[in-house]
Amino acid sequence: MKRLALITLPLTLVLLAVSSYLALVVAPTEATMGDVQRIFYYHVPSAWVGGFCFFINFVASIWYLWKRSPRSDALAAASAEVGVVFCAVLLIEGTLWARPVWGIWWTWDARLTTTLVLWLIYVSYLVLRRFSAGQTQVMAAALAVFAFADVPIVYMSIRWFRTQHPSPVMGGGENSGLAPAMLQVFLVNLALFTVLGILFIWLRYKLETAEQALESAHAQAALKGAA
Amino acid sequence: MTTLTVTRTTLLKDLRMEWRSKDAINSMLFFALLVVVIFSFAFNPTAEESRMIAGGLIWVAFLFAAVVALNQTWARELRNQVLDAYRVSPAPPNALFLAKAIGNFLFVVVLECLMTPLFVIFYELRSIGPVWQLIVVALLGTWALVVNGTFFAALSIRTRSREIMLPLILFPISIPALLGMVDATTSILTGEATPDFWIKLLAVYDIVFTAICLMLFETVLNAE
Amino acid sequence: MAGTSEPHPPPVILLDNLVKFFGRFAALRGISASFAPGRLYVVLGDNGAGKSTLLRVVAGLMEPSQGSISLLGAKRIREVAPRIGYMGHAPLLYDELSGMENLRYFAGLYGIPDDEVSRNAMRMVGLDPDLPRRVGQYSQGMRQRLSLARAVLHDPELILLDEPFSNVDVHSARDMAAVLGRVRDQGKTIFVVTHQAALMEDVADEFVHMAAGQIVSRDEVVRKSVNVGSMR
Repeated sequence: MKRLALITLPLTLVLLAVSSYLALVVAPTEATMGDVQRIFYYHVPSAWVGGFCFFINFVASIWYLWKRSPRSDALAAASAEVGVVFCAVLLIEGTLWARPVWGIWWTWDARLTTTLVLWLIYVSYLVLRRFSAGQTQVMAAALAVFAFADVPIVYMSIRWFRTQHPSPVMGGGENSGLAPAMLQVFLVNLALFTVLGILFIWLRYKLETAEQALESAHAQAALKGAA
Repeated sequence: MTTLTVTRTTLLKDLRMEWRSKDAINSMLFFALLVVVIFSFAFNPTAEESRMIAGGLIWVAFLFAAVVALNQTWARELRNQVLDAYRVSPAPPNALFLAKAIGNFLFVVVLECLMTPLFVIFYELRSIGPVWQLIVVALLGTWALVVNGTFFAALSIRTRSREIMLPLILFPISIPALLGMVDATTSILTGEATPDFWIKLLAVYDIVFTAICLMLFETVLNAE
Repeated sequence: MAGTSEPHPPPVILLDNLVKFFGRFAALRGISASFAPGRLYVVLGDNGAGKSTLLRVVAGLMEPSQGSISLLGAKRIREVAPRIGYMGHAPLLYDELSGMENLRYFAGLYGIPDDEVSRNAMRMVGLDPDLPRRVGQYSQGMRQRLSLARAVLHDPELILLDEPFSNVDVHSARDMAAVLGRVRDQGKTIFVVTHQAALMEDVADEFVHMAAGQIVSRDEVVRKSVNVGSMR
């Protein structure tokens, strides 16, 4: 595990440097927004990884409820934490981009609001994990099901909420007609972020299972000791 | 011995106990009154725009009051550990859940019936849209809060500082429902838009989460 | 092992390497045992020996961390729930309801519609079914009696009692012990976790000693010839 981490971490760092070079220097400057647009190469991949993490969390939680395997709980915990981190990064990037482009830090636009609500939901999941006294795994898995079921409902409700009322958002989706040079850089970043996300989940998962192993070693020692 | 019978007897038992002690309903009523009065100070009730925010005010007040009620859901079952007596019996766990959820629903509906006149008086509210729609929104919205609230209250039994835990996990999940209630109420009060979408959304929310609650309650109840 | 000397009836409880962890603490540390039906077992041991945990696991209130359990021939305890009676350390009663209201509700959970069953259960433990007082105003002794009535209301074959005599005056405790003896004579299997072994000496069939999460010894009570009738 340690050796693998030693190989993958520098590799990821190198890739990160390359992709940043691509995103910040090689990619052409966008016509209307200027350099600010370059945050897009990080922004969309962050969103993708965040969503991916929450999906993993859901699947792992269902698996836990079904099989009661501590490993799937470790995976659920790991993916929720990484997901919350990427989601937080996403929100921060969003405000950084919005300030120069929209002239405001924050707007209650559908996508922003949905992301914020998602972030709140999964923070509450982590809070439950932290505060539970015994049976954390079952409680957390149950909440994860609620959380994931809420995602489409949140999205629907906020989209309706925001399309019904006029919103101060200027500029539409940046996906409308991406230049080929931009698309290439974007795809590289997307791939890299996916690798990064999986790496984080994997490291966090290893830590979690190591903690579980430690706990059960202590427990087994208690079982054998004083016999 | 069907789920329905046990649900009924458990619900009747709870109502009888509540009638005798009046713990939940009294604290909830007083709390709700406080919320209405404090909101009246915080948001000038005579202002023209109060109609625009009335939907939000009313539902936030109901939400706070509901949390007070929800936190008491399992208090009675935990005192003397009576919950264990239910758990060792062959009675279906979902009957217990339904009884508790319906009980909470009744409490909160009673509360809403008593608080609404206060809001109407303090804020001089008149509904421009049809009132029956308000009732539909209130019923669907209340169930949305109460069904998850009852479940999460059961989750928080096994957490430290459980009274704080409940709103922390209930509020984020309830955001779409809350949004629906607030927006639907405002659009009915102002008569400016149709609440149809929100009524459908609340119905979907209710169905989805009631189903999940019933699927998972036994697991949560028996986790020890 | 005394319990295995009678191979004839299948055991009521079969425990195989039962382990229960609370975090790093092992409350039960590998209990394997079998218990024959129709006997009254008294479980003794210090605080923290795992007596209550064992009872909760057997009652199906707790999942064991390791090992397996077989109750009345079933692997899943829920299947045999109607045949088990459990009396917890706490009273397991609603303070705001009267004795009969309590029993009526719990009878409903077992699908018993007949009020007479609840009335009989109250009479059996020496309480008046028509007592209108709420349980909150009961004395400790009355509360424990009512709690016992609740546990045996549905005529279970296996009765698990956790500290039934705590905070009970000696007189009430002796009454309750006698009730237990009579129930056992009807062929039920009873487990009593208690600190007061002396109270049970007249009725117990076997003393089970627990220490540090394990069963350390089992002593069968040799009945005087006068009592032999109750030995089956």
